[in-house]
Amino acid sequence: MVQNFDVVIIGAGGAGLRAAVEIPKEYSCAVLSKVFPPRSHTGTAQGGVCAALANMEDDSWENHAYDTVKGSDYLGDQDCIEVMCKDAIRAIMELEHMGMPFSRNEDGKIAQRFFGGHTRPVDPNEPNGKRVAVKRSCYSADRTGHVMLHTLYETCIKNQVNFFSEYFVTDLIVEDGVCKGVIAMDIATSEIHTFHAKAVIFATGGYGRVFRITSNAHVGTGDGYALCYNNGLPLEDMEFFQFHPTGLWKLGILVSEAARGEGGILKNKDGERFMARYAPTVMDLAPRDMVSRAIISEIREGRGIRGSDGTDYVYLDVSHLGKEVIDDKLPEITGFARTYLGVEPTKEPIPIQPTAHYAMGGIPTNVNGEVLLNEKGDIVKGLYAAGECACVSVHGANRLGTNSLLDLVVFGRRTGKAVTEFVKNNDYAPMPADAAEKSKKIINDIFNKSGSEKVVTLRTELQDTMMVDCGVFRNEADLKKMVEKVKEIKERAKNISIQDKGKVFNTDLMEAIELDNLIVTAEATVNSAYARQESRGAHTREDFPKRDDVNWMKHTFAFKNPNGDEPILKYKPVTLTRFTPMERKY
Amino acid sequence: MDITVKILRYNPEKDTQPYFQDFKLQGISGDWRLLDVLHEIKWKHDGTLTFRRSCAHGICGSDGMKINGKNRLACSLLLKDMNTNKPITIEPLPSLPIIKDLVVDMSSFFQKYEVIKPYLINKTPPPANSERLQSNEDAEMLFESAKCILCACCTTSCPSTWTNENYLGPAALLKAYRFAYDTRDDAADERLDIIDNPDGIWRCHTIFNCIEACPKEINITWHISQLKKRISTKEA
Ligand SMILES: Cc1cc2nc3c(=O)[nH]c(=O)nc-3n(C[C@H](O)[C@H](O)[C@H](O)COP(=O)(O)OP(=O)(O)OC[C@H]3O[C@@H](n4cnc5c(N)ncnc54)[C@H](O)[C@@H]3O)c2cc1C
Ligand code: SF4
Ligand code: SF4
Ligand code: FES
Repeated sequence: MVQNFDVVIIGAGGAGLRAAVEIPKEYSCAVLSKVFPPRSHTGTAQGGVCAALANMEDDSWENHAYDTVKGSDYLGDQDCIEVMCKDAIRAIMELEHMGMPFSRNEDGKIAQRFFGGHTRPVDPNEPNGKRVAVKRSCYSADRTGHVMLHTLYETCIKNQVNFFSEYFVTDLIVEDGVCKGVIAMDIATSEIHTFHAKAVIFATGGYGRVFRITSNAHVGTGDGYALCYNNGLPLEDMEFFQFHPTGLWKLGILVSEAARGEGGILKNKDGERFMARYAPTVMDLAPRDMVSRAIISEIREGRGIRGSDGTDYVYLDVSHLGKEVIDDKLPEITGFARTYLGVEPTKEPIPIQPTAHYAMGGIPTNVNGEVLLNEKGDIVKGLYAAGECACVSVHGANRLGTNSLLDLVVFGRRTGKAVTEFVKNNDYAPMPADAAEKSKKIINDIFNKSGSEKVVTLRTELQDTMMVDCGVFRNEADLKKMVEKVKEIKERAKNISIQDKGKVFNTDLMEAIELDNLIVTAEATVNSAYARQESRGAHTREDFPKRDDVNWMKHTFAFKNPNGDEPILKYKPVTLTRFTPMERKY
Repeated sequence: MDITVKILRYNPEKDTQPYFQDFKLQGISGDWRLLDVLHEIKWKHDGTLTFRRSCAHGICGSDGMKINGKNRLACSLLLKDMNTNKPITIEPLPSLPIIKDLVVDMSSFFQKYEVIKPYLINKTPPPANSERLQSNEDAEMLFESAKCILCACCTTSCPSTWTNENYLGPAALLKAYRFAYDTRDDAADERLDIIDNPDGIWRCHTIFNCIEACPKEINITWHISQLKKRISTKEA
């Protein structure tokens, strides 16, 4: 079946929904999502969304931009960061006006709290002088993402947005640099639909499920990345994957940085507040890459605690905050500790270990969400991306906490505006008659294969090895091993067979397709990481421990190799405006 | 530990009626979530077993199902908190049409949610460069209701829903509270009118099943009773 829409948005998380709100009624718009919109991963975000509102203390968007640039380890494009931080204040007000329920301060304004890496200069005239933590994160207890997602969904209902829930996008149709639409499977029936569109927006979220321990939902399988890459489009900066320092031991479920923002502290086996040694000024509120490295270093030096599963953890202690603060400000995350680990956070410390959390890299775009065709900056006509799957790049080598939710609404809106302009001025590009054939063939092949490989075996092997060989610390030998492992898994994946051959709600089939997508993201990630011979932000090479601005202050663009070998890597310079790269100390 | 799980299976392409199937699993640890058990079955024993899930920690609302007779989220229930000496029975959420196995058709649930106008309606333009002010106390009045993850555990456990399919149900009523009690909202009366009818709030006979089912521990009936009081004072 072929359907026509001016705009097709894939993904109903924060980015997709914010873009949908922006499309005026006179244009037809469909939002496709493989889960019901309120099930999207944005709902799990806990800690907050930041903007220099200065509701609690002095602050400015320039401070915010400074922190974001520094947090990015100078890989973020400074022009884009300026756009985001300047627009942040308006974006938060807009969410409030839509009805988002925020926690409030004594004046009835939006309350703000500390978050890692967000600072202000002690002397406003000396931005490079001593800086202290600043309250910049706007929040709603520890359910910020949940209420943000619901508020955006509610606004879409108000605007009568046309949702196609439980539609699984299986292909992107792009020819000669022009996007024509997507192919999607109605999960309930397995029927294949062709969505012919003037403009397509990818807002498909991250790919944390490529790692064993992750805070990401099961649906975070990098579908959007794979669809672009498989169609010859580049993926930018995939080597930069953020490991959040505080995942619940064994499970990876996130304990938000808000726990440290409210005063929680990290302790090793000896009860020592070890962050004092790694980041003497901001300590536990140092950016995530640094805290994750500190935790792994403590563990490697024998100061972790050995868990029953053979892995090591350290402690996050909030017990000194008192029951009232914990129940009021951190109810959800302390609940997770109780439910899943049987730990009572008001009395005992919570066992935590780093968890794969956020993709800084992704589908390259400019500030208007237009997808880049190559490292030269040419664009794909009619194709847009926003949210975690996109790389603008505002997060560079390491994202600051609370900057992602902000990214969703700022760039979701900008993309919506750019798309509206585009569909006003452009016609449908002709859709090839056989557009759906490739998806149909992929599905038929999976049904007909009788090979001996199982999805779960390959996925687990991929996740386990990615965690070890492409995790917080990396080196040439491990990465080389992982490059080979990905090749091997890619080959073996050709021999997968599934058990469910039915047409109704076939999640067995979906998992097989999602595995192929995960393999693609792994291929781009590990090869980009192998090539980058420096340590920057979340990418830490033991064999190249220093940042190397002379050779590596540039973005990686990974293209699929048509002959099936390792991807072809190209590079694009970083845009600098007002912030001169310095050593990153906190 | 060894456990037996009894799952209600139904595949419309093959079965005329739902039936129970037993799965015996060995060497399972007590700190497994029930969702881990379902994955173990799907990934190692029977790839056709079908259920929804995403976040795996009780925040997306995907995996509401009836477990040992009670509506729960499979990802928020640990084996060690259950009696595993007896078989664990898992069925889809009651009263909604089954699509396949544990997957139910949620459309009527979402339609009821949309009926109460689940969005802020404010008739005056917002201040240009600042937020609408609201005290933290007023904000916190909304937080419990805003916790709802739309999992449908409450509505499908409510006896009034079983006997009258038009009843809006606790989740929709809770959402009505969420907006009617928002100091920034101007449409409380509109919403109260929508729920003030025999298929609306008055179908609730305060039987409390919903509260027991809610994985987010929301005191749903308290919120419903606030709405009832407000309608009564309005009419008086
Ligand atoms: C536990 C956790 C806590 C976090 N806390 C914070 C925080 O406090 N502050 C902050 O700023 N950031 C936080 N983040 C990061 C932030 O939440 C995410 O980066 C962000 O929500 C991603 O939003 P998105 O709109 O890009 O994608 P998602 O919300 O992930 O949505 C993706 C959408 O794409 C759809 N989709 C994907 N593939 C397909 C396909 N093939 N076909 C159809 N549809 C598809 C999905 O159905 C879904 O609707 C957190 C992340 C996690 C994991
Ligand atoms: S209290 Fe009301 S809504 Fe809740 S189960 Fe009983 S009748 Fe249903
Ligand atoms: S009120 Fe509770 S049980 Fe009902 S839908 Fe919301 S979260 Fe689920
Ligand atoms: S999987 Fe998200 S609530 Fe259980």
